[in-house]
Amino acid sequence: MIEALKIEPTHKTPKVYFDPANNHFELSGRSIPEDSVGFYKKILDWVEDYGKTPNTKTEFKFELEYFNTSSSKNILELLKKLEKIHLQGQSAVQITWYYDEDDEDMEETGEDYKALLQVPLELIMKVY
Amino acid sequence: MTYSYYKNMQLNNIIFVYQGEVTADLVSSILHMMENKLDGDGEDKKIKKKVFNVMVECLQNVYHHLDTLEVNVSDSEINDRTALLMIGKEEKDYYVITGNHILNNRIAALKSRLERVNNCDKNELKTLYQAILNDGEMSEKGTAGLGMIDIARKSGQKLGYDFHPVSEKYSFFSLEAKVARV
Repeated sequence: MIEALKIEPTHKTPKVYFDPANNHFELSGRSIPEDSVGFYKKILDWVEDYGKTPNTKTEFKFELEYFNTSSSKNILELLKKLEKIHLQGQSAVQITWYYDEDDEDMEETGEDYKALLQVPLELIMKVY
Repeated sequence: MTYSYYKNMQLNNIIFVYQGEVTADLVSSILHMMENKLDGDGEDKKIKKKVFNVMVECLQNVYHHLDTLEVNVSDSEINDRTALLMIGKEEKDYYVITGNHILNNRIAALKSRLERVNNCDKNELKTLYQAILNDGEMSEKGTAGLGMIDIARKSGQKLGYDFHPVSEKYSFFSLEAKVARV
């Protein structure tokens, strides 16, 4: 099994917690780096590797507070890699996209991704 | 002198204004400061998020633009990478204004992109955003031509813009995005 990828969050980059041993996959916080390609390279490479020997079930959680358009393209790439793993039948992938109850923009972004992908993606509103 | 600056800023509802070189660190600092300011003012969470998002896109847009401009700037005419960044709070809206030099030969393309965005309603912006997100090429830094569309979507209002001729080679491009305080 591939080793876990854990990156601590900063005020500009999200928390990354990909831990196959515990079936925990999470991207949360804010993603507003100027150079999003540099930040996401490692993440995309890891998911690519994970796809070679994935768990039978992959529950992937997105819980983003803010992200810039520079990240949005990379997040789509990440989702497409998960879609590929799902469609090839290697793992049953389930994506959950969380958004705050008062954050219609984050809800819309979730809808945007859902419209572009053929992988189960559930939008869940967080109520306070 | 100082008092007139102060009065002028107050009259124009300016919270923040910066003129100078734009670095990644500077953009981060401004965002951090403005986030604290919005928190301190007890601004509604929904409005705060929108304003922050629009600030991120507008400021990073200038930063990326100046970064690409650098390679073209060898003449003394515009030998710096300075810009104007301005944030204000009016009775009905927050506004973010940016201004930076642009090569004249890039105006037509930018103008047509802005016109396209301003001619879209909410649903058309969504469709356009999805289309570019899915098909658009990505530059080295991940900018994907989504910035203006995203700003327009989150702003919910038309973008204001102007091209002020500076020389045969350059103009000064300004962009204004508003977020309603309702």
